[in-house]
Amino acid sequence: MSVTLDLRLKRANKVYLEGEVLAGVVVITSKEAVQHQGITLTMEGLVNLQLSSKSVGVFEAFYNSVKPISLISSNIEVAKPGKVPGGKTEIPFEFPLQVKGNKVLYETYHGVFVNIQYTLRCDMKRPLLAKDLSKTCEFMVHCQPQKSKVQLTPVDFTITPETLQNVREKGSLPKFLIRGHLDATNCVITQPLTGELVVESSEVAIKSIELQLVRVETCGCAEGYARDATEIQNIQIAEGDVCHGLPIPIYMVFPRLFTCPTLETTNFKVEFEVNVVIVFHDDHLITENFPLKLCRV
Amino acid sequence: MIGDLTQFFTQLPGWSHDTDSKMASVQWHSRTRSYDAESRSCRAPAVSVQSGDYHPLKPITVTDSKSRRGARKGSTSSSSSSSCSSVAPDPLSSMLEGTDPLSLFAAAASSSANETPALSHSSSSLELGRKRREKDEEVGCDFEPWSAKRGEILARFTTTEKLSINLFMGSEKSKATSPSSAVSEKVRTRLEELDDLEEGSQRELLNLSQQDYVNRIEELNQSLKEAWASDQKVKALKIVIQCSKLLSDTSVILFYPSKFVLITDILDTFGRLVYERIWSMCSDPAPLPDPFSVEDVNDTAKETCLNWFFKIASIRELIPRLYVEAAILKCNRFVNKRGIQETLPRLTAMIRGIGDPLVGVYARAYLCRVGMEVAPQLKDSLNKNFFDLLASFRQIHGDSVQNQLVIQRVEIPVYLTLYSPAIHWILQCVAYRAPDVLLTEMMERCKKLGNNALLLNSIMWAFRAEFVAARATDFIGMIKECDEAGFPKHLLFGSLGRSLACADPPEGERLPVLNEAWKVITKVRSPQDYITCAEIWVEFTCRHFTKREVNTVLADIIKHMTPDRAFEDAYPQLQSVMTKILTYFHNFSVLFSMEKFLPFLDMFQKDSVRVEVCKSIMDVFIKHQQEATRDPVILNALLHVCKTMHDSVNALTVEDEKRALALLINGFVRMVSFGRDFEQQLSFCVEARATFCNLEPVVVQLIHTVNHLSMETRRVMGGNHSRKTAAFVRACAAYSFITIPSLGSIFSRLHLYLLSGQVALANQCLSQADSFLKAAVSILPEVPRVISVEGKQRSSEPFLLDFINNFLSTLLVVPDHPEQGVLYLVRGLLNMVQDYTWEDNSDAKVRVYVSALPLLAAMSQESYLYTIPKVDSNETLYGGDPKFIAEISRVCDTLIGQVLDYLKTLGQDEGARRQGSLAFSLFSCLLAHGDLRNNKLNQLAVNLWNLSHKNGYCDTRASVRTLEHIRQQAQQPDMAHLSDMLLRLSLQSRA
Repeated sequence: MSVTLDLRLKRANKVYLEGEVLAGVVVITSKEAVQHQGITLTMEGLVNLQLSSKSVGVFEAFYNSVKPISLISSNIEVAKPGKVPGGKTEIPFEFPLQVKGNKVLYETYHGVFVNIQYTLRCDMKRPLLAKDLSKTCEFMVHCQPQKSKVQLTPVDFTITPETLQNVREKGSLPKFLIRGHLDATNCVITQPLTGELVVESSEVAIKSIELQLVRVETCGCAEGYARDATEIQNIQIAEGDVCHGLPIPIYMVFPRLFTCPTLETTNFKVEFEVNVVIVFHDDHLITENFPLKLCRV
Repeated sequence: MIGDLTQFFTQLPGWSHDTDSKMASVQWHSRTRSYDAESRSCRAPAVSVQSGDYHPLKPITVTDSKSRRGARKGSTSSSSSSSCSSVAPDPLSSMLEGTDPLSLFAAAASSSANETPALSHSSSSLELGRKRREKDEEVGCDFEPWSAKRGEILARFTTTEKLSINLFMGSEKSKATSPSSAVSEKVRTRLEELDDLEEGSQRELLNLSQQDYVNRIEELNQSLKEAWASDQKVKALKIVIQCSKLLSDTSVILFYPSKFVLITDILDTFGRLVYERIWSMCSDPAPLPDPFSVEDVNDTAKETCLNWFFKIASIRELIPRLYVEAAILKCNRFVNKRGIQETLPRLTAMIRGIGDPLVGVYARAYLCRVGMEVAPQLKDSLNKNFFDLLASFRQIHGDSVQNQLVIQRVEIPVYLTLYSPAIHWILQCVAYRAPDVLLTEMMERCKKLGNNALLLNSIMWAFRAEFVAARATDFIGMIKECDEAGFPKHLLFGSLGRSLACADPPEGERLPVLNEAWKVITKVRSPQDYITCAEIWVEFTCRHFTKREVNTVLADIIKHMTPDRAFEDAYPQLQSVMTKILTYFHNFSVLFSMEKFLPFLDMFQKDSVRVEVCKSIMDVFIKHQQEATRDPVILNALLHVCKTMHDSVNALTVEDEKRALALLINGFVRMVSFGRDFEQQLSFCVEARATFCNLEPVVVQLIHTVNHLSMETRRVMGGNHSRKTAAFVRACAAYSFITIPSLGSIFSRLHLYLLSGQVALANQCLSQADSFLKAAVSILPEVPRVISVEGKQRSSEPFLLDFINNFLSTLLVVPDHPEQGVLYLVRGLLNMVQDYTWEDNSDAKVRVYVSALPLLAAMSQESYLYTIPKVDSNETLYGGDPKFIAEISRVCDTLIGQVLDYLKTLGQDEGARRQGSLAFSLFSCLLAHGDLRNNKLNQLAVNLWNLSHKNGYCDTRASVRTLEHIRQQAQQPDMAHLSDMLLRLSLQSRA
């Protein structure tokens, strides 16, 4: 006698905004009638913070996990204790995505030290000798689009041996001149990061040019705060010794889930940066960093 | 042989006159016939046809159906009704204007094109709209598809070096996943799944031969399909990514184009799979309409599609990301109306990031290919691709490329040819239905790059031939300016020649173009390169110039190809030269008057090729030679050609090949005519016989030709031979007489003997005719009982019967030999028939006897049914001598006796049916040819009738018709006796 419990949201992409109604069905499939002691739905929104072992000690990282911050939590009973007939039963439900008080629904984000996750859980309590059934499904929350228009200001950059900062002996470097621009550093999260890059000249052959998307997560706690930068993705835009003087497009799509609008709260911060990485044939690596501000419109 | 036979001819040994049969005592009396009167009475009356009558060839005009149609179909067009009003003179067109359903559609279509009627308006405009769209969005059949290029590239770019495949399946850097608890559960399980599937994670396969490599790639293709089918989408994607990663590897550079072909096959498969999957997701309630819009696509499908795009956008490396995104370009249709439009330029720009020029150009080719397939109307990105290509062209001569070439020990010209397929393809896409202005612009841009030979070559390949031809002189100038070191010039001239072969340059430029081109071609050192290029230009030369120029070209080819027997490696090209010449020169006297043509022919020294070439020459000759010729140049040359073909026949030649060769030689023999110079013609035949003795059909043809010659002589002389012509026709007869025995097929011999005999007779060569016929009779016993007809074993009996009947009818006019007995040939034939070993249970012998009766009856007439002018037949020789008539009767008696004896033997067993039918045929013969006033004959006829009806096997309808015929005959004067007989003939009703 197998019973399966499933949750199906109406929206295929499972994306909801604050104030919208989370609608869907609980699906119970069974050959025979199922006796149960109530079916409940739980919606939960949590921010999980973790301290990296780098910024605080290993033990602290282990023990001093910051308490998760609850953003939203509500519970409804879908069905009173009773019997579900055999076959496939669909029980529709609706949840208003409404926060209490002055709390804000942050956007879903999967990071390393910061995780903002929204889940919907369905539980079916069953009488003795039968296991309780439970099914969890994640849904995405997008924050309210920003009302104001985003100013797209291009950022020009030039990379030469002289512009490099942390080099000890500048004289030994090969000569090169790389110019380019990013169309904006205030980016709309749904739009790709765009720009152009021209290798005007280079003494040494170029092996690869890459765009590195980096998240900078900051967790505040009693002892101070921890700030960590980790790579999200690395996109190669040029391979091999590219043609000099020919503009190469800079183009990167922001990955879903792993990026969110730049977030700053009292307890934690999520920021993003992009590095333009130029790898020379002798594996010398040059990086130019651009902080980004992501938003949703 | 003939001497031995005379005995038979006179004695009739097997024939006993005093048979004990009671019916054998009948005496034959032939019916006297008046052929003139009979023919007059039998002729159908002439009827004149009135103009109003029905006649099958008269044009049919349907007039009333049109008005009916007009009433029924309110919306018919003006165009069709206007043509209705006038009476169409052509019966077919008038038929079609009528009730023909097809013309109804045609009329409707033409009306909707006029946009007049309101009823069909909406549907037709929709139709038109679709058509117009198709025209834009779909590539016509004039676009050479990729599939055509594929095989060529694979065959051309090969390597003997060892290859390696490096697959890096396990670790996935493209995904931003770190092993923390934060990874969503879904992603984690998926990763685990992957690890299970590809345990080794990194596989490097080294030292693969080319074939191994191809097999591996094919295996990957298979595993891609399997992974997809078993719902392992991520694994499928990984396979594709890893495969496209191989395209960034140029370590065995000569193999790169082929590698590109193999791997893009996989990409195509992948693209198709993804597209079909998403398509099927949308077709849940109802399948998508054919041109669908984004609104028709449901959310789940859109979400899945977006997922693919996000996943691909996060692929770390440039080349795989580019290729995979291009592969699923078509899927943009599901998500965004302008998706393809926006993606194509972006991908085009992305290719700029590829450093290696070869990798880049092939990536462009792939993008163009996908673009042409998915959205050919987006020309801009195609052009953009080309301009980007031009911009990055200097990369080819950059340091990194040069270093690589040195390491791989590849020469620059060879390296450059690797680009050709890709650039050809890109230019082909760009030039497809492009306006001339654009093409001119492209050309100018190339010029600016310093007449890059590689580009120039591709331009000539890909652009419309007309476009190139119109600027032939410009192109020659550009080719001359090109740098010799990079790209061999003869290849450039080859490409130019290919364009000029399809389209004509302006009249005035042709000769300078040819001169300039040939100046370069003749300097090419390597015979192989030379002939490849020369072969192309031969077409242009043949097309526009006379034999003088072609002769010069041939001379040059001979000069280049003779040293060191270079021609041995170039037979296909030389053959193609020959074909081209033959396509343009149909006048063989011109062709053979080219001094160098026969020397050129002599270069084909390998037998099989030589025969092929000869065959193609003869083919063209037969097809295009309008009238017979006596030109000694043609005759000599073609005799030489035919002799070559003939001499190739040996014991191993298959039957079909022999037949084909004989057919061609026969065609030649037929086209030879010396007009009034008959003797020359005969001596040609003599020569031809000596030359073509191994091909029987040719010998047969020669005999026919000679016979024809005799008859032609007769016609010219008006039937009165002079001494000289008489001697000539006798010579012809002698030719036939000595030639026929050399034939193997017995029936050819028989028929030719008969035919030649008839011809000899017509030419008053009596003794020759006699010999022919005697010879025919003497070889009758040699006829086998079974012959093979078209490879099947058949009984020879029907053929033999046919021949004998034919022979018998000839015998009527053959006069008896003065030194031999009466009816010498008839008796001889009948003797042979008697002695011949017929098939068991066959009536053939008796049937011959029955059919000899009409001949004998005809012989006993006072004047014969037909005679040959100037030849006295037996009618005149004997003048109805009673002894002669008696002799005929005696033979008839014997024959009838034999037939009756035979009939008796049939009665007993199964032969009743055969007995009936034989008896009936003898009855008919008696009725037609015997004098039934004679009581005995009359009685015999009645007996035969009864015999044929005894067992009820006779054909009742035939019997009824026969009775009807007798009744009619009886009404004629001096046929009254028939009505008496009629009373005695009872018709047996069927039981």
